[in-house]
Amino acid sequence: MLALKLAYRNLAGAGLRTWLNVIVLSFSFVFIIWFKGFLEGWNREARRDMIQWEIGGGQFWHEAYDPYDPFTLQDAHGMIPPVFQNEIDQGRLTPMLLAQGTFYPQGRMHSVMLRGIDPDQSILDIPSRLFHEAGESIPVIIGTRMASNHSLDRGDNVTVRWRDVKGAFDAAEAVIVDIFKSNVPGVDAGQMWIPLNRLQTMTGMEGEATLLVIRQNTKIESSHPEWMLKDHRFLLAEIDQIIKTKSMGSSIFYIMLLSLALLAIFDTQVLSIFRRQREIGTDMALGMTRGQVVRLFTVEGTMHAFLAAGLAALYGIPFLYFQAKRGFPMPEGVDDYGLAIAEKIYPVYSAGLVAGTTILVLVAATVVSYLPATKIARMKPTESIKGKIQ
Amino acid sequence: MQNNTIVQLDGVVKRFPVGRGQFTALKDINLKFKAGEFSGLVGPSGSGKTTLLNIIGSLDGPSEGHARVLDRAVENLSHREAAELRNYHIGFIFQTYNLLPVYTVFENVEFPLLLQKMEKSKREKAVMDALEWLGLTDKVNSRPAQLSGGECQRVAIARAMVKRPEILLADEPTANLDSANSHHILKAMVRLNRDLKTTFIFATHDAKVIKYLRRKIVLEDGSVTKDEKKEPRSKS
Ligand SMILES: Nc1ncnc2c1ncn2[C@@H]1O[C@H](COP(=O)(O)OP(=O)(O)OP(=O)(O)O)[C@@H](O)[C@H]1O
Ligand SMILES: [Mg+2]
Repeated sequence: MLALKLAYRNLAGAGLRTWLNVIVLSFSFVFIIWFKGFLEGWNREARRDMIQWEIGGGQFWHEAYDPYDPFTLQDAHGMIPPVFQNEIDQGRLTPMLLAQGTFYPQGRMHSVMLRGIDPDQSILDIPSRLFHEAGESIPVIIGTRMASNHSLDRGDNVTVRWRDVKGAFDAAEAVIVDIFKSNVPGVDAGQMWIPLNRLQTMTGMEGEATLLVIRQNTKIESSHPEWMLKDHRFLLAEIDQIIKTKSMGSSIFYIMLLSLALLAIFDTQVLSIFRRQREIGTDMALGMTRGQVVRLFTVEGTMHAFLAAGLAALYGIPFLYFQAKRGFPMPEGVDDYGLAIAEKIYPVYSAGLVAGTTILVLVAATVVSYLPATKIARMKPTESIKGKIQ
Repeated sequence: MQNNTIVQLDGVVKRFPVGRGQFTALKDINLKFKAGEFSGLVGPSGSGKTTLLNIIGSLDGPSEGHARVLDRAVENLSHREAAELRNYHIGFIFQTYNLLPVYTVFENVEFPLLLQKMEKSKREKAVMDALEWLGLTDKVNSRPAQLSGGECQRVAIARAMVKRPEILLADEPTANLDSANSHHILKAMVRLNRDLKTTFIFATHDAKVIKYLRRKIVLEDGSVTKDEKKEPRSKS
């Protein structure tokens, strides 16, 4: 195609300016793909971690349980219905009892969520098998965040205080028997894991639970009217929302980057059309139609995007591949987003992401190239040849 | 159009809007050019030479009257038809050369043939022939910025003649050249006219050019005041 050939000649001839535009545009190319891939990778890792550590394949909640209202927790427990017993015995469900408590590390009071979990469970990654008898003291497992927030270490003793089923306060010594590391803040910060039967005894809630965690990829046939099934869609809604917000917030960032690159093309186009008036007039005197000239200039602008895609592929593919393999180390102290953050995020790039970004950039580049070029159609060749700005 | 008339202007008037009114740049021009002429529009600055050349080249249309070029009525041509006429039949040479700065000499001369979609081997041969004609074979890969003014104008002539047009329009082709270079390119054009029978119409007030013309049409204030056949400068 003639326009392609001529456009390529013009761009190659223009040299540095072309390459500057192409380089800037290729950056936004790679950055957009990387950033979206990064968010997608984060999303996937966060979901996977939440599933493995906290929510399993779904949960049955006692009808009174509302994680956003700690005052209802006092009543959010009930006898584990016999219909579920078979599933529990077969390891397809595991009960969990939640109780509000306080503890006193170094003599200061902090509230804590006491979580009773079956030491033999294998549905969640919580290392419940590490519970062992600790004499009179209550054996407790905590996460690394909890440990560092309160300067707790393995073997430390803390006083724990709680209310029993009748509302009476009780207290006892607990000993930290193990500390685990998890990316999920929800099972770590402010949480203490206690053997289920121990918590049941402490609170006088023998045989009771707050919720039942379903094993991943398992369908539970049984149901009970007082226990509400909560699926992934429900349990992961919050993290989906957070990721969505993050990706919208960050899209402003890359829209700006892309706009900057497109502005450079637009600017180059407008400038060329003014500066190259004599050339345009000459093109027409030599027999080009206005349509051909408009097409030529549009293709020239758009070709920036093609070259940028090529350049982006050149250094972007190794870079993106390297990132996906090695992961992107997350800075410390970004734990407080309320969703799991791994130390490293492994970006995930889908074909749709790459194709979508490419199409977006190409279309945008075509538009910003075409708009100034339409001005050519209104030029008179006799004036353009003189090279005067109209 | 009878016999070998190639351009015929009948009562051509050209007006330009200026402010609220109009400026008449050409007033009732009646002229005929025969195939193979080596003629020139001569006159002071502002007399309408470029304006008339643009009409003959179908870059602009007359406000009144008729301009027939190669059996086409310029005033009735669509953009596309006018472009086609220029593409195949008319060559332009400008005072400022108007080479495409990012193209090499070869690419500049090749350009009109690319527009004609001529096939590659024919195209390359035609370009090399044209460059040879103008003694530019050692500059094939140079860019305009690396050439002297005379060389640039020779490239422009090569670009205009490479497609073997019937008419070559040259607007002040020597205005930026010294006298040695002027004579050099004028001789090249005389040779073209003689060998290829290309019709030349110049617009000029350069005495050096006028010496070569075989027909001198004097324009003054938008009107033809003199139209004389003359003996060209003796063979040199
Ligand atoms: N687009 C235009 N708008 C208004 N006036 C114009 C336009 N083009 C030409 N003119 C006027 O028409 C007249 C003839 O212009 P033209 O360019 O044909 O002169 P010329 O004989 O080629 O002069 P020169 O020798 O300086 O090139 C001039 O007075 C010029 O100002
Ligand atoms: Mg002029």
